[in-house]
Amino acid sequence: MAMHKTKAVTATRHAALGLSDQDLLDMYYYIALARTLDDRMWVLQRAGKAMFVISGPGHEGCQVGAMWPMDKKNDWLVPFYRSVAACLVKGMTPKDILLGLFARAVDPSSGGRQMPGHYGHPGVKILSTSSPVGTQYPHAVGIAYAAKLRKTGEVTMVAIGEGGTSQGDWHEALNWAGIYKLPVIFVVENNFYAISVPLHKQVAGESVAARAAGYGFPGVVADGSDVLECYRVAKEAYDRARRGEGPTLIEYRVERLGSHSSDDQQERYRPKEEIEAARRRDPLVTFRAYLESVGLMDEPRGQALTARIKREIDEATDSADAEPLPDPSTAERHVYATQHDPTYYRADDQIPGPHPMHPWLPGPDGRR
Amino acid sequence: MAQVLTFRDALRATLMEEMDRNPAVVLLGEDIGVYQGTFRITADFLTRFGPKRVIDTPISELGFVGAAVGMAMLGLRPVVEVMTWNFSLLAADQILNNAAKLRYFSGGQVNVPLVIRGPNGAGVQLSAQHSQSLEALYAHFPGLWVVAPATPADARGLLLTALRGKDPVVFLENAALYGAKGEVPDGDAPIPFGQAEIMRRGHDVTIISYSRMVHLALTAAEQLAQTGIEAEVINLRTLRPLDRETLIRSVRRTHRAVVVQEQWRPFGAAAEIAAVIYEGAFDLLDAPVERVTGADVPMPYARNLELLALPHERDIVAAVQRTLYRQ
Repeated sequence: MAMHKTKAVTATRHAALGLSDQDLLDMYYYIALARTLDDRMWVLQRAGKAMFVISGPGHEGCQVGAMWPMDKKNDWLVPFYRSVAACLVKGMTPKDILLGLFARAVDPSSGGRQMPGHYGHPGVKILSTSSPVGTQYPHAVGIAYAAKLRKTGEVTMVAIGEGGTSQGDWHEALNWAGIYKLPVIFVVENNFYAISVPLHKQVAGESVAARAAGYGFPGVVADGSDVLECYRVAKEAYDRARRGEGPTLIEYRVERLGSHSSDDQQERYRPKEEIEAARRRDPLVTFRAYLESVGLMDEPRGQALTARIKREIDEATDSADAEPLPDPSTAERHVYATQHDPTYYRADDQIPGPHPMHPWLPGPDGRR
Repeated sequence: MAQVLTFRDALRATLMEEMDRNPAVVLLGEDIGVYQGTFRITADFLTRFGPKRVIDTPISELGFVGAAVGMAMLGLRPVVEVMTWNFSLLAADQILNNAAKLRYFSGGQVNVPLVIRGPNGAGVQLSAQHSQSLEALYAHFPGLWVVAPATPADARGLLLTALRGKDPVVFLENAALYGAKGEVPDGDAPIPFGQAEIMRRGHDVTIISYSRMVHLALTAAEQLAQTGIEAEVINLRTLRPLDRETLIRSVRRTHRAVVVQEQWRPFGAAAEIAAVIYEGAFDLLDAPVERVTGADVPMPYARNLELLALPHERDIVAAVQRTLYRQ
């Protein structure tokens, strides 16, 4: 971090929110780090180093704002596939994320079992992304229920896009959390498109936040290009949860700066002007403008930070790429914890063992 | 020592003991608290354990199974009661795409020690959306254990194993068996998954089944004994894992096999079991493996039609006789 000190001549917005200058510089670092990592993943995919990328350019500001009030050691994050910045703030490293992209054996999310962008890292209390959108919402409710039952004080933050709010899972989770007043924060990163389907065909009434009223707890909207506002509403939600007042639904209105995934081209269904306008609401741009306005950022400091982040991402890329793919002899591990079926699966309490029923894996000679 | 209990009381007592023993066990389901469960498996649980551990859920299968997955990932040991397994289809994604896969795609870091239990199969005039047998669906998926007890002793022993394992378990009861009585051993004796029980010894044919159909097989075997045919009857107890060894050994001795299932014939459990027999005992078979199954229709409501659609003892007797070329 740059060790720059500013003179507090006037009360700033961030000071009023209880954020220090260093907080702001750290938040900007994570937004920029996530964006640079994101860009790198797309380059690697286009270069044939990875099959698939799904990520969150444009979402970083709201994620960093949402995560900043979190007790990162104690609280849980249940992310979705755009949660690159959130996972970095929570404690995953760029290398961790790239190991998943490359499906390496030591990928901390899955050991190369799950697609890229499906983050999970129990070591830093991140659980655990599925591909069907919405399923993480009931999980978060169960995690919050367990925390409440055990009086651990843990708060769970779960994230999704507005497309996922159409799922039954989403509504069932909100209903549960409202009934049991659970310590959970429901984040919806509304970027106005679910792949190609626009908001007005996804969300009747076009307000996600308004739906919270039906479940008996507050729903708030914040502009995802205003990182401080994103922080402010999240802070309130954490305070509510810690006071035992139950869940909050936060709708962050963000821009999706890229396509849905590497299998998509948003130019096919989004007007050019709209994509251009979105770039002006890029949190990387708007937050930097705020930092400049309070004297925390200028051209030389920006260049130094960019160079530092590029170096970090370069090192992470090389280091992740150098890791081996999963050993085929481990391909059936982790299906079960406990051995009950010696003729089928080698469960994790009985490794290694012969596998006579389905010889789909190569033998020691590399042949099937 | 053993005592005679109903299937219901065996389940109930086992659940209660385990909740006394392990504070991580919580129950979730519709009407399991004040109402004490549609089939009264959870009678008195609410007063004994309180509403935090005996959770009356909203009518929300997807939601409460999903929440239970979350609880299980955090080390609680949720036991979900589905009012019937038919309604589990509302939660299919949480069971098949999440509970079954989370361990694998977390690279072994996250366990999902979840038990989902409730009645599976036909009752009396409950029609097509309350009468299905879904064991083949769930047994198809790696990551789940699928349990189908036939006796009160099975119910106790298998439930103990389910409640102490680290993996998700699909625990298929049968409503018609809840009142059935049987000897249940006292004490702490879990039955390992994948250990079939030979319920009746015989040398002429092996009848293989699970859950309620085991009792039809036993009745059919008694009838066959009147005609001098001695059938061996195997109660599989669990479908995943499947005790291949016991059933192959048996068929290698008897040279004939009849598999009985309540569900529809195409792609059912009996097809898998027959394939296992062909793989393990082909050269020793004296007749094709016979399947006795339910009729290939959604279950009709009218009692006469319903009875026609379900397997009957006489179907088993006839199948056995075909394997012996008696008819």
